[in-house]
Amino acid sequence: MNSGLRWRKFVSNFMLTMTGVCAVVAVSALFFILGYLVYNGGTSISWNFFTKLPAPVGETGGGMANAILGSAKLLALATLFGVPVGFLGAVYLAEFSGAKIAFIVRYAADLLNGTPSIVIGIFAYTLVVHPFNHFSTYAGGFALGLMMIPITLRSTEDFLLAVPRTLREGAMALGASKWKTIVTVIVPAAYRGILTAILLAFARVAGETAPLLFTALGNRYWSHGLNEPTASLPVMIYTYAISAYDDWHRQAWAAGLVLLALILIINIVARAILSRGVSVPRA
Amino acid sequence: MHASVRPAVSVNITPPVTTGAHRETTAPAEMRMSISKVNFWYGPKQTLFDISLGIATSKVTALIGPSGCGKSTLLRTLDRMHETIRNARLEGEILLDGKDILDQDVTLLRRRVGMVFQRPNPFPKSIFENVAYGLRINGSKVPMAEAVEKSLRHAALWDEVKDHLHKSAYELSGGQQQRLCIARALAVEPEVLLLDEPCSALDPISTAKIEELLVQLKDLCTIVTVTHNMQQAARISDFTAFLLTGQLIEFSPTPQLFTKPSDPRTEAYITGRFG
Repeated sequence: MNSGLRWRKFVSNFMLTMTGVCAVVAVSALFFILGYLVYNGGTSISWNFFTKLPAPVGETGGGMANAILGSAKLLALATLFGVPVGFLGAVYLAEFSGAKIAFIVRYAADLLNGTPSIVIGIFAYTLVVHPFNHFSTYAGGFALGLMMIPITLRSTEDFLLAVPRTLREGAMALGASKWKTIVTVIVPAAYRGILTAILLAFARVAGETAPLLFTALGNRYWSHGLNEPTASLPVMIYTYAISAYDDWHRQAWAAGLVLLALILIINIVARAILSRGVSVPRA
Repeated sequence: MHASVRPAVSVNITPPVTTGAHRETTAPAEMRMSISKVNFWYGPKQTLFDISLGIATSKVTALIGPSGCGKSTLLRTLDRMHETIRNARLEGEILLDGKDILDQDVTLLRRRVGMVFQRPNPFPKSIFENVAYGLRINGSKVPMAEAVEKSLRHAALWDEVKDHLHKSAYELSGGQQQRLCIARALAVEPEVLLLDEPCSALDPISTAKIEELLVQLKDLCTIVTVTHNMQQAARISDFTAFLLTGQLIEFSPTPQLFTKPSDPRTEAYITGRFG
């Protein structure tokens, strides 16, 4: 073997090893976080965590029942606001708009998707908190909903566009108007993909902290209705993790574990829905 | 660009009546649709040149010609499906029962002129719901189960599917799916049924079934079918139009076109010298 060939073999093996190492680093980051959360959070989690209010400062025990309910309310509001806007916007883009408008809206949605979440929080603060002079569940739901719009819109549009043209023609040839074609054929054909998109958007905002700091704020007690500040899991994690008490640290780990488990479950459900097959054979 | 080779043949708007022993009509055929001086463009590209022909009531009219000759385009103008394509432009007059289709509400027109496509395109619904679809969107008040059964019988599919009407249409074979699409089109009782190469994606046995079906369906409605298969046109149609590069070269009763073509280009095509 001459030295040139030996050198080439060495470079080849070296690069192969490097790519493998990088792949392992990428995967192990997730497993490290998961393992650490389970190790620390698993020991702190208890029935009280799900049923009790936070204990007063200085006392141990208590739970995060208010934060769990608060997160549920915030996410419900966000979904009610973000999903219809994203979904109907996607229908407009996929079915009605011209190429130019579609380009502008897509680009704007991508920019909104890339906007730092803290900026979204400040925006919601200016629009919904400041004029009313108090923090509220509404404001938090609005901020999270805003973040759901671009994710829902872009993926829904992709799934609508993937519905074969022949199906549209089939409906229109039977005398279906455009909106009837959309409602009775195109959306049903794409519903699995759309559902997945919504779930992924939901999972994405479930863990957001920054937009809630200026909007839902936080609350150590139950939040009544939607007009009061409310606790939420991500903000609780933030507050508890930077506190000085060991007991709070343990609870923060438990909250982190609960949140991650929720997001993981949603992701798995979304993938399961999608992998049951797109309901229409691709043309 | 083909202006210099435009055919000089005169085109019969009314198909000549055959006197062959196997054809019973002796009176001039009644026209369900009449197409006159149709020109068509996709953007700047003209794809149909001055087409005029009549579609005889309760007959099968076949459009033949090589790929890209404009036969599918011509078919799609008859229920204005070309309007779903941007930049498409049509000039000329197309009459359905004496009224210009371009002046009518397009959804009402498409209920009277049904269409079956090249590839079976059932909706992601049950067999039953596929056939019922046209009736449902029209808000039809007819008893649904009866109407669906009738259409499936007309499409010669009833016996094969009657025990699993609520299964997904995608569980059917390709040929069955295409007959389902025919049943779906028949359910709204169209006056004209357009078929765009309905057998090109099917195996020979399924093809034979659909051909047989089309001949039977003549009693229910007027049929226009596009095919690149000349034998198929010869087997099932009463009249045949031969198109070449967007022009109508010849339009005659089918036996005449295939035995005594009047244009040398028709003869060259049907004897397999090109296309």
